[in-house]
Amino acid sequence: MAQDNAIQAPEVVSESDELIARSIEQEYRWGFVTDIEADAAPKGLNEEIIRFISAKKNEPEFLLNFRLNSFAHWQTLEEPQWPHVHYAPIDFQEIIYYSAPKQKEKLTSLDEVDPEILETYEKLGIPLQEQKMLAGVAVDAVFDSVSVATTFKETLKDAGVIFGSFSEAVHEYPELIEKYLGSVVPYRDNFYASLNSAVFSDGSFCYIPKGVRCPMELSTYFRINAAETGQFERTLIIADEGAQVSYLEGCTAPVRDENQLHAAVVELVAHKDAQIKYSTVQNWYPGNKEGKGGIYNFVTKRGRADESAKISWTQVETGSAITWKYPSVILRGDNAVGEFYSVALTNNHQQADTGTKMVHLGRNTRSTIISKGISAGQGQNSYRGLVRVAPGATNARNYSQCDSMLIGDKCGAHTFPHIEVAGPTGQVEHEATTSKIGEDQLFYLRQRGLSEEDAASMLINGFCKEVFRELPMEFAVEARKLLGISLEGNVG
Amino acid sequence: MLEVKDLHAEVDCTPILKGVNLSVRPGEVHAIMGPNGSGKSTLAQVLAGHESFKVTGGSVAFDGKDLLTLAPEERAREGVFLAFQYPVEIPGVSNTYLLKAAVNAIRKHRNEDELDAIDFLKMFKSSMKLLDLDESLINRPVNEGFSGGEKKRNEVFQMMVLNPKLAILDEADSGLDIDAVKIVAKGVAQFRNDNNAVVIVTHYQRLLDYIEPDFVHVLYDGRIVRSGVKDLALELEEHGYDWLKNSDA
Amino acid sequence: MSFTEQHPEFLKAAGGPDWLGELRNAGIARFAELGFPTTRDEDWRFTDVSPIRQTAFTPAVPAGADVAGLLQGSGGSDWPGHHLVFVDGVFTPDQSAIGALPAGVRLGGLADILAATPELLQPHLGTGAAVNGNPFTALNTGFIRDGAAIFLGDDIDERVTVNLWYVSTGATANAVTQPRTLIVVGRNGNFTVTENYVGPGDACYLTNAVTEIILAENAVIDHTKMQLESETAYHIAAMHVHAARDSRFKSHAITTGGAITRNTIKAQLDDENIECTLNGLYLGHGRQLVDNHTCIEHAHPNCNSSEIYKGILDDKARGVFNGRIHVRQDAQKTDALQTNRALLLSDDARVNTKPELEIHADDVRCTHGATVGQLDEAGLFYLRSRGIDAETARGILTYAFACEAVTDIESQPVRDTIEQLLIGRYRQL
Repeated sequence: MAQDNAIQAPEVVSESDELIARSIEQEYRWGFVTDIEADAAPKGLNEEIIRFISAKKNEPEFLLNFRLNSFAHWQTLEEPQWPHVHYAPIDFQEIIYYSAPKQKEKLTSLDEVDPEILETYEKLGIPLQEQKMLAGVAVDAVFDSVSVATTFKETLKDAGVIFGSFSEAVHEYPELIEKYLGSVVPYRDNFYASLNSAVFSDGSFCYIPKGVRCPMELSTYFRINAAETGQFERTLIIADEGAQVSYLEGCTAPVRDENQLHAAVVELVAHKDAQIKYSTVQNWYPGNKEGKGGIYNFVTKRGRADESAKISWTQVETGSAITWKYPSVILRGDNAVGEFYSVALTNNHQQADTGTKMVHLGRNTRSTIISKGISAGQGQNSYRGLVRVAPGATNARNYSQCDSMLIGDKCGAHTFPHIEVAGPTGQVEHEATTSKIGEDQLFYLRQRGLSEEDAASMLINGFCKEVFRELPMEFAVEARKLLGISLEGNVG
Repeated sequence: MLEVKDLHAEVDCTPILKGVNLSVRPGEVHAIMGPNGSGKSTLAQVLAGHESFKVTGGSVAFDGKDLLTLAPEERAREGVFLAFQYPVEIPGVSNTYLLKAAVNAIRKHRNEDELDAIDFLKMFKSSMKLLDLDESLINRPVNEGFSGGEKKRNEVFQMMVLNPKLAILDEADSGLDIDAVKIVAKGVAQFRNDNNAVVIVTHYQRLLDYIEPDFVHVLYDGRIVRSGVKDLALELEEHGYDWLKNSDA
Repeated sequence: MSFTEQHPEFLKAAGGPDWLGELRNAGIARFAELGFPTTRDEDWRFTDVSPIRQTAFTPAVPAGADVAGLLQGSGGSDWPGHHLVFVDGVFTPDQSAIGALPAGVRLGGLADILAATPELLQPHLGTGAAVNGNPFTALNTGFIRDGAAIFLGDDIDERVTVNLWYVSTGATANAVTQPRTLIVVGRNGNFTVTENYVGPGDACYLTNAVTEIILAENAVIDHTKMQLESETAYHIAAMHVHAARDSRFKSHAITTGGAITRNTIKAQLDDENIECTLNGLYLGHGRQLVDNHTCIEHAHPNCNSSEIYKGILDDKARGVFNGRIHVRQDAQKTDALQTNRALLLSDDARVNTKPELEIHADDVRCTHGATVGQLDEAGLFYLRSRGIDAETARGILTYAFACEAVTDIESQPVRDTIEQLLIGRYRQL
């Protein structure tokens, strides 16, 4: 797989090109609204709402306390102002914090899932019915605030893997939740993490036992549907000693004129020798061409890597009006490895402030950061990163590369890498470049017979290849497709 | 096949081409020579449709079509190929990927079926061997990390794969040692037939020792000031371009 | 007595025209408003100036110390060009050596020029370094009194070379000097300047310097700053550069002294086709803290900037580097290059580095690279395999690492002095 740096894989190439060509004419395709009956909390945030959410989910006391502590702490905090993004102040009392599709008390099989919802996922290309399921990928479907279905649950159970909705896990494995919830992202961590800890509604939970290599890719597909609703999901993945898992996350939302808030928390725990690969294709509704509407995506993602463990984040961020996220790795154990591969695209009025933190605590820890930012239209794209080598983290190594590409002259690319190193044995290298999509490159490709759009998408895919090759196959195709769509109207 | 009439072009309001006339028929090889700055490369770029150059007068017909109204990719699909003087690096895009996309775009334009992977491989193999190109080259990103010689040979390789009607080679020999020049010439010889044509733009006579031109034109200050057969190239070599300047005056 | 409390007294003693009084008042008012920065300010996150805040500084009273000896020790006393010497912030003509000047050149002590021809200073003073976000610049502006003023008129063919020596004697306990340097180079001017700060080994004092440099069209400046303050002193300096069309500005900032050093450099490229080079070298040991903040504003097309900063930190020394490059929307065809490298020689040495690229134009080439680490093991091994002992090999590589940041200094004697300083420091390694 890694023997060659160039894009080759012939079949994928022509297929994805065709996809790009076809989809270039389209607007945001995932913008429809599903008409279902929802069970929602009233607007606003106070202790009552938190107790309401907790009661709805029939939660044990430790969880209610966790929420209440988080809420109390959140009230002492102010919204962060340091990111390089601009938006009107959010009125946190105008948001609905809980919305769930009305359903029967307890689902026993997928047949009982509201057909409207099943259809929604089918339209999104994520069929949930057994006969149509994506082979080799287990999916947890999260619709607004709750998980509506999980596929392949039994197959996974046979391997000892626990995978399903967070709410169910709270009841089935409360000891695991109590032990790990907030252990990587404490509720005091930051404004949005505190908010999430107070009001999170559902999400995915995954536990891979000692020595188990998860037999299939795990995937959660997030869908925001209801209006004026915030989505606050919580994902917790634990890979026990020597376990391995690859996890995919996809997101879409309907077209709406109001901005919607998405403030998720993802916690990864990789025990000794474990490996977690976490891939995201984020395609929340980005707002229209004038910058109206779109999702505010304020997400805290962090993993803890113990001795010789490896955590790898790969993200393709093409959606959202505002993206604010820094998937991070705490390299706690000796010889731990952290990776971050990112493509962030901002078009029209989108703004992204994204990057990673690699905190080297253990000896001989290694981290790699590859970030590709593409700005088009009036998009603003910032890379913000931190590489910290703590005292005692002898022989730590980091390599970072941040490249930005600019398409058009009204967009911006910004790089803010922080490097903090203690002691002489660490080696930290950072490189960054910014360039525009090359006129000479475009001409060269056109002289070989490619249309301007194809030439541009070829250049962009080439620019991103170091990240795309980290993605599982299906996601890579999806990612290329998304870039093609998002860039519509910028070339030529 | 190609009829250039009284072509005028400028860049940033500076006239470069000041009335070029050129007629190329199938099966012919033309050499365009001239000192640096005479407009040779501009002519090549204008024929390929580079947008930095503004055509201010004249016409270019290619197989009866008005070439000047076509986009660069349309010209390429019609069968105009330019081997670049400075081949462009395309990070992350492999040679194979580019060529397949290009071949299929051209075939589609001609209403031919797209080729599959095996046909491609066959197509590549013999040309690569002829040009002494390492096979790993086709999977490397286009021109990235290529030596000067590899870049030039890669241009000729692309020409052979795309099989255009008209190939314009812009300084295909500059910076090459004599062995590489011979290889480039071998590629061009293999490519030539009665239905296509080659225009060689060059500063030096050297390449013409190996590719015998039917016609030699001397471009000077934006005009073709002399045309003749291959002896003209030898004459130029002997006397240098100053000779022209003086005889012109 | 705090700085604001000292101010009315200062104004009375310093005198001067009304516009200067207004400028001073604006400065102190801004300082009073901002106060000393804390580590909660993003710009000062890693540089804690509380030792400065907590010390009651008093204005330095120039004293008859061994100024000649200090100058001799700096290794620059025989550099070519005119020498202007300032003792505890006050221009001292009898220590200075000013030769014949080409027509159209005016230079000397700021206080003297202010007394004789204030109209020469008025258009520039305080405009290059506006009183805005940096409290120390505001403070310096509040206390403008002396320093260097250099004016090169338009179209002077001859290259002019000037060395400024700011000597602190340490004679007054907890002395503060706030020198102001103003350099105005006219059209087609060609100017070499060194700005040097020296002090005796163990004195505790504060230097709060501000330098304003204004370049006219097609002017060329080569600026070298050598900071050899006492290692127990505090050195805060800001340099503001405004460059006009086709001008070239080159700066080298060498820092070896100071318990706490903060250099702020801001280069404003105000028109097209400007070349700007900002290089720096800082050497820290003991508990020294060296902070370099640079900012290059690309506001117009076709400008190039290049920046190399290198640091070598030993013992418990700390280094901070923040390099901001701002490319505005109109600044097409900008070519900006930034490199910063730090070498850590001990377990307790630390560095915080943050390159910042903010780019709003699309046809630009901007790159930056940062590395932090130790000497290259392969290089060490190579030298040792050639028979050089490990310690010497380390010294050679450290010296070579540092040299890259100073090779671009145009004056050979200045380069020699710095190289001698490096050899003295790292040969023993």
